[in-house]
Amino acid sequence: MTTTTQIPATASALKHKRMEQFEPSVVARKVSVFYGEKQALFDVDLDIGRHEVTALIGPSGCGKSTFLRCLNRMNDTIPICRVTGKISLYGKDIHDPDIDVVHLRARVGMVFQKPNPFPKSIYENVAYGPRIHGLAASKAEMDEIVLTSLDKAGLLGEVKDRLTEPGTGLSGGQQQRLCIARAIAVGPEVILMDEPCSALDPIATAKIEELIDELRENFTIVIVTHSMQQAARVSQRTAFFHLGVLVETGETEDIFTTPKDKRTQDYITGRFG
Amino acid sequence: MPISLLLAVLVALTVAGFYMGRSRALAGFGGKAVKLHSLPAYYGYYVALWCGIPALFIVAIWLVFEPSIIRALLISSLPPEVQSLPANRLGLVINDVRNLATGNATSVTSDPAMRTAASYYAHLKFVSQVALAILAMCIAVVGIVFGRQNVKPEFWARNRVEKAIMVILMVSSTIAVLTTIGIVLSLVFESLRFFARIPVTDFLFGLHWSPQMALRADQVGSTGAFGAIPLFAGTFLISAIAMVVAAPVGLMSAIYLSEYAPRNVRAIVKPLLEVLAGVPTVVYGFFAALTIAPFFRDSGLMFGLNISSESALAAGVVMGIMIIPFVSSLSDDVINAVPQSMRDGSLGLGATHSETIKRVIVPAALPGIVGGLLLAVSRAIGETMIVVMAAGLAANLTANPFAAVTTVTVQIVTLLVGDQEFDSPKTLAAFALGLVLFCITLVLNVIALSVVNKYREQYE
Ligand SMILES: Nc1ncnc2c1ncn2[C@@H]1O[C@H](COP(=O)(O)OP(=O)(O)O)[C@@H](O)[C@H]1O
Ligand SMILES: [Mg+2]
Repeated sequence: MTTTTQIPATASALKHKRMEQFEPSVVARKVSVFYGEKQALFDVDLDIGRHEVTALIGPSGCGKSTFLRCLNRMNDTIPICRVTGKISLYGKDIHDPDIDVVHLRARVGMVFQKPNPFPKSIYENVAYGPRIHGLAASKAEMDEIVLTSLDKAGLLGEVKDRLTEPGTGLSGGQQQRLCIARAIAVGPEVILMDEPCSALDPIATAKIEELIDELRENFTIVIVTHSMQQAARVSQRTAFFHLGVLVETGETEDIFTTPKDKRTQDYITGRFG
Repeated sequence: MPISLLLAVLVALTVAGFYMGRSRALAGFGGKAVKLHSLPAYYGYYVALWCGIPALFIVAIWLVFEPSIIRALLISSLPPEVQSLPANRLGLVINDVRNLATGNATSVTSDPAMRTAASYYAHLKFVSQVALAILAMCIAVVGIVFGRQNVKPEFWARNRVEKAIMVILMVSSTIAVLTTIGIVLSLVFESLRFFARIPVTDFLFGLHWSPQMALRADQVGSTGAFGAIPLFAGTFLISAIAMVVAAPVGLMSAIYLSEYAPRNVRAIVKPLLEVLAGVPTVVYGFFAALTIAPFFRDSGLMFGLNISSESALAAGVVMGIMIIPFVSSLSDDVINAVPQSMRDGSLGLGATHSETIKRVIVPAALPGIVGGLLLAVSRAIGETMIVVMAAGLAANLTANPFAAVTTVTVQIVTLLVGDQEFDSPKTLAAFALGLVLFCITLVLNVIALSVVNKYREQYE
């Protein structure tokens, strides 16, 4: 097996290798998803550690995005999609009737594959979520939220002189960080990222990866990625999906050095995918 | 040979030319297969073009000039006392001759001079048709022979065919453009004749419209007033009422259709709305005149309002209904063009569906929606039938929607309907009105299209 030489485990991944500290913030049990008649996910059990980065990897079409979208119930917006099983956020079932999906999505934010800033100013993009949820009582409070969110997303330095310019005028990498700032502004506990770097160049990708590592301090992060190098660089835990089944999950370092399942081995050594 | 038969023969020859060209290319040269520059079919098209285009061109030219030549020959064959008749009487005589020749009974059937003229006319027609048929077929055959001679392996048939196709397309679009230019020029020149008699300022700024002119000096009656302001005010009033109806209803139905409606509802409702757009405006017109206008008058009475039975309100409301599908279909398109990722982004932040529509989708689609509304306004301004039937003919200068008003298009109709002298200011005024209307809608359309295009760029 040649993986260990190809993908060096990062220092941050090593640091988090203490199993006893594991404290899940999201727990998924027997989660299955159907698109109409077609089943896309089969009985997925997965724990997502608090203030950790969990990477979802696997060949395309294996259900990574589908699983991610279960966690903030974005699948509700697809009429033919049906989710069964139980997902709880800090012990509370997110499908419970007394959970308002609006509040759930404020707690579980999402960043998409393609940067999708609204055709509004940079400021308004970040203020969008707080406005909807009524988080700021005054203009000063809103300014505060916008500026800190941009700062946390590592974008403030680049845009502080042009907050009124349209967000769509930024570069791809900046747009994606704007989308991260937009998600942060609502004060979520969990941030879901669906291949956030797949539309970006290597330098912008490196910046986002760095940012993810910083955000881990305050947020639980789940990231879908098709790049195993990226999974190894940014995540502490990795889950490998194949054909709608969660094949293997564990500490990122273990998954990449000593995968237990044959399919995981094949995937990370590049034999399929 | 009748023209239709001739055309059929030419088409057949063209098709034959195609196969002859292709088979020659396929057959190889000097007995052995050689590498051709182009695909064999292009040699076929090349020969077909040489066969069809010149022949059709000749037919077209012939048909354009045939009537006037035959007419000239016919006139010169008529007795001198007929030839010296004034132009319009002469025209009547020639019409009689034609009718006689085609076998339609006329009052002059028994006149021997007319009979000879008719048979001469029939003879001329016959000769012309035969000559045309022979000429066109000869040209087609020559075309085939010439084209086939050019079929050689090193001949760039594909490039020639490409060029020919481009020329054909260019000629078609030139025809369209030239026609438009012709219409505009005729508007301009007739308007200039009008402005030679009525000052431009009187027309554009005059507050009184009453286009009746005394025909004779001794006749009692007005001298005519051509102040177009009441007409433009009426047009504006009715269009505004129409937009007040169409904009909100159209926009909201577009939002429902594109955002909320289940797929099967959308599949039924959208075509239904488009059917509404296909209802002839005259039908809307009598709907307005017979149903809506009396309804408004009666309900006005209940509230003590005096609504005349021909009112701007009735016309405007019905016109608004007519434009709804226009607005909703254009808005639906732009709303659908807002990328799904915008909706996902907003929903992912916890916004509800209607918040997403209000704060993200409509603002993002706004330029396109505005463009659509402007196009709808220019339709409303140009609409005639509903207004003729429901708003009346009285050129009142008023902002009262319950009063009868009239519009530019309605006045154009009334100015030109019936027997008119085509050089009185009354009829020429129609051209001036048309010109102003054309300018207004042109400006509106240009603005609307540029707004819509700008919006398109945003997401590409
Ligand atoms: N909106 C949808 N409608 C129907 N099928 C879908 C939809 N989204 C995803 N699927 C199907 O579900 C499976 C998993 O898709 P997805 O979760 O997007 O995979 P991944 O993100 O791992 O590439 C695929 O087979 C895909 O065809
Ligand atoms: Mg995906």
